[in-house]
Amino acid sequence: MDLYEYQARDLFEAHGVPVLGGIVARTPAEASAAAHELGGGLVVVKAQVKVGGRGKAGGVKLARTPQEAADAASQILGMDIKGHTVEAVMVAQGADIEQEFYFSMLLDRAQRTYLALCSVEGGMEIEQLAEERPEVLVRRTLDPRTGLDAEAAAAIVAEAGFPEDIADEVAGVLVLLGGVYAAEDATLVEVNPLVKTRQGRIVALDGKVSLDENADFRHPSWGALRDDSKADPLELRARAKGLNYVKLDGQVGIIGNGAGLVMSTLDVVAYAGEDVPGRPRPANFLDIGGGASAQVMADGLDIILSDPQVSVVFVNVFGGITACSEVAKGIREALTQLGNRASKPIVVRLDGNAVDVGRAILAEYAHPLVTQVATMDEAAAAAAQLASAAMEGK
Amino acid sequence: MAIWLDHRSKVIVQGMTGTEGRKHTNRMLMFGTRIVAGVTPGKGGQSVTFEEDPIPVFNTVAEAAHATGANVSVIFVPPPHAKAAVLDAIAAGIELIVVITEGIPVADTARSYAAAQEAGVRLLGPNCPGIISPGRSNVGIIPPSIARSGHIGLVSKSGTLTYQMMFELGDLGFSTAVGIGGDPIIGTTHIDCLKAFEEDPETDCIVMIGEIGGDAEERAADYIRDHVTKPVVAYVAGFTAPEGKTMGHAGAIVSGSSGTAEAKKAALEKAGVKVGRTPSGTAQLVREVMATRR
Repeated sequence: MDLYEYQARDLFEAHGVPVLGGIVARTPAEASAAAHELGGGLVVVKAQVKVGGRGKAGGVKLARTPQEAADAASQILGMDIKGHTVEAVMVAQGADIEQEFYFSMLLDRAQRTYLALCSVEGGMEIEQLAEERPEVLVRRTLDPRTGLDAEAAAAIVAEAGFPEDIADEVAGVLVLLGGVYAAEDATLVEVNPLVKTRQGRIVALDGKVSLDENADFRHPSWGALRDDSKADPLELRARAKGLNYVKLDGQVGIIGNGAGLVMSTLDVVAYAGEDVPGRPRPANFLDIGGGASAQVMADGLDIILSDPQVSVVFVNVFGGITACSEVAKGIREALTQLGNRASKPIVVRLDGNAVDVGRAILAEYAHPLVTQVATMDEAAAAAAQLASAAMEGK
Repeated sequence: MAIWLDHRSKVIVQGMTGTEGRKHTNRMLMFGTRIVAGVTPGKGGQSVTFEEDPIPVFNTVAEAAHATGANVSVIFVPPPHAKAAVLDAIAAGIELIVVITEGIPVADTARSYAAAQEAGVRLLGPNCPGIISPGRSNVGIIPPSIARSGHIGLVSKSGTLTYQMMFELGDLGFSTAVGIGGDPIIGTTHIDCLKAFEEDPETDCIVMIGEIGGDAEERAADYIRDHVTKPVVAYVAGFTAPEGKTMGHAGAIVSGSSGTAEAKKAALEKAGVKVGRTPSGTAQLVREVMATRR
């Protein structure tokens, strides 16, 4: 889960990381009130979007008075930044910056550990920094059991070449940021820029934080951070049912068991779609997981059939733990529940555990919308054909 | 010979008294895996009876290993307790720890992995289907009936694609099939398996199944180019996955230009690996390779 800048700021503040005042606002009036609350002086109004490059897009504006803050907010709110509509701004205290630095801590998948990146040259994007000035970017592998402790922080600061008069203070801030990473189950904590103000303070001016959703069981407060306003309604419904669903923009609804097999099914359907008129594509990713019951299957089918873009459904199950008999029962259950509302053809490919029973259940049920096909490739071709015919018919 | 697991392996099930643990212990026993003990903290002294004999339950892996001589452990405990279970197994001197549990925080896995590395223990998973050497032993949840013993070595991030591939090539058979899991940090990688299969005299051909996210396949391609003499056939899932959407596995996400299936395929082909377009196309490539061997 990626956080907005204002959420990252609040999290930093809660862990004692030095930040400047910042208040989220969703209307110009709120922005004006926020500027007042921050003392009525110079503020920066910043678009809250989970994408880089907002400054260049005009999503960051200076405001000298609360009225100017309201004006800036009214210009920024509703703005489109790389496909993201701005729905909130953060009104932040203005900073008197003397120097900008870079710091991040993240998961290093290749080394299977944590990595800290730090540079005395901040402000630009890390990719650009790594490419143009690799010699000033310090990379330090951290033991996940000790994290970013005082020793590691001191070594990073020394290697990065921070001026002596601020070295200790920067190291202290890095330890606090390492604390955020560990305590909050983050997979990324990035501060860009970390700044030294003219008053000599070290401050985290802009933060980016990603949290590991697998850890949500030990963070009851995360519920408040989740932003469902942007989520697809079908995705929300699926999540409420405990289903792993991702909405895509094609016509062939897909249900399978196991993330890898479902991804593979999307590919095979897309390939089959290239060979038919209209070039139908997968409409979604839906993994019913291992050992799914008939009810889970029925829930999944119900979600996919309520996607108006879907014209045909492809159920692709290889029964390892999942019994094909349960899948077949789930299809029967869903169609019975839906009655006349079920109007889209369903192509089913079952193989593996209890396949004979599963196929027999569907054969006996003999629903006019259900077609059984023996292999994954043939079933994908059949689904693509049906989707193509539906598109041509429109 | 097979890799890491054979008929001599003595296995402990951590979480055997839970629903999943019980169900899969039964399956493993039916296959013939030598399960010698269960471990559930607080339930030591009890036992669980399956088809035939009761299997004793211990409070710690150390007690279980001491009493039974077990050298392998498989973990079914829920995510909040998984790290403690792994550390318990490491402390007891277990050689191979297989973590089936899905949904473990990555920080816990990172710490478990660091401890396993320090102790020289092989960790497999988490969030993986386990490992099977057909005809010899099966540790985890891979359905044993889909393939016989043979000379293909299989390594895969995905459980169901493992089953699908074993099913397609069941008649040719497998030396060992390893599901390494799709989490961002995993104990055993494609490269670890490639190395073991290269050294295993029973393996003639290696099948590698990957998916979007990270750069493990690219690194495996470099390794193959420099160190693997046996033929490798690969499949990569997720060509049509959109950027920024996690596809089921915590690690399966395309971010920017990194982690795409296209890049992985290109890297593998550059290293001389044949890459199939679909699972059945991949199986066909394996058949062609195997027809020229033995």
